[in-house]
Amino acid sequence: MTHAIADEFLLDHATGAASAPVSLLVATHLALNPAARWSYRQMESLGGVMLDTIEPTKADPDALAKLFARIDRGDGADLEHASMPVTTRDVRIPAPLAVYMRDGLDLLEWKQLTRGVEEAPLDIHGKQGDRAMLLRIAAGRAIPKHSHRGVELTLVLDGAFGDARGVYARGDVCAADETIEHQPTAELIGDCLCLVVSSGPVRLTGPFMRLLNPFLTR
Amino acid sequence: MPDTQPNIRGGLSVASAPSQSFEHGGLLLRVARQQDRAAFTELFGYYGPRVKSYLARLGADAASAEDLMQDVMLVVWRRASTYDPQQAAVSTWIFTIARNKRIDALRRDRRPNFDPSDPGFVPNAPPEPDQEASAAQWEGHIATAIAAMPAEQAEMIRLAYFNDLSHSDIAARLGVPLGTVKSRLRLALSRLRLRFADKG
Repeated sequence: MTHAIADEFLLDHATGAASAPVSLLVATHLALNPAARWSYRQMESLGGVMLDTIEPTKADPDALAKLFARIDRGDGADLEHASMPVTTRDVRIPAPLAVYMRDGLDLLEWKQLTRGVEEAPLDIHGKQGDRAMLLRIAAGRAIPKHSHRGVELTLVLDGAFGDARGVYARGDVCAADETIEHQPTAELIGDCLCLVVSSGPVRLTGPFMRLLNPFLTR
Repeated sequence: MPDTQPNIRGGLSVASAPSQSFEHGGLLLRVARQQDRAAFTELFGYYGPRVKSYLARLGADAASAEDLMQDVMLVVWRRASTYDPQQAAVSTWIFTIARNKRIDALRRDRRPNFDPSDPGFVPNAPPEPDQEASAAQWEGHIATAIAAMPAEQAEMIRLAYFNDLSHSDIAARLGVPLGTVKSRLRLALSRLRLRFADKG
């Protein structure tokens, strides 16, 4: 069973209302999940219908003449050549994400959270304070039991992890919010690499770990 | 916020949408192959004013809506040869250009997009029978489904596309619980999908 992202996030990406980090996660998910692309295309078609049926506003009378003048001047001629996608040689990292790690995964600023768990922030930020980071969980290791203060979306890029709700493999999205308490644990098949987007800090809920909450920034 | 509501229900002959898209596809092909200015003039006459309305609805003032609209139509001219009628109807293709232009203008960073030529891209399996409906047919079905949709669901869709509101923004705007917004949106989207299954 695959875990596709919920429709409302696809829709936010289709309308353009999603924050930049959420858009990045959705676009990366779409690169990995053909079924989600199918739903997403329908939502873009919905945008086409909305455009078709909007009440038109008169364009300036000389708009078309101005546009042909720009075309004659060669404005936007570079658009005629397809731009090459930014990719890394690392097939774990699909194109939309590669832009943020041109020099490879190892040159990101990795910081250890607990034993076997590291995260590296990405240089992309959203209007509501959404943040994106890569998360690496060593095979068999777990993130301490936690809940959330906002919405957290986790997209698996490599390996797999499980929580009480199921197992998430490459291309799957795990969504969690303040109602979800979980302890994601990497499967033994190998290290698990994820893209995480969150709108608020996590809240540790284990009996001892909760003492650390005041020190958490995310 | 402008107080005029976009007309998504009344006065629209939804049944003509597929043939119209077919016609627009032909015009776009003439632009791509022969840089045909007469064909482009027709496309501009239809989409220019609609793109301008769309941008104004999303908060651009009249002058910048006009400028951005012209930028969008310039992309339509330059990128006409990349239009693929199997992937999207013309109005959908132009919608995505307008949406992306607006985001670029706002954020000054590029919109993340998947790319089928990327080695990490997972390609489609062969299409299911119900997925073979052409993109133009989809649009006709969607237009019919929206016209038949309960008002509260159509309102959600309208807020999402024309007011730059994410699903959590919509909940805040309407003062309803997030769960209610999610379920209305899912209901609305499932109605669109049912139509595909019926007719696809």
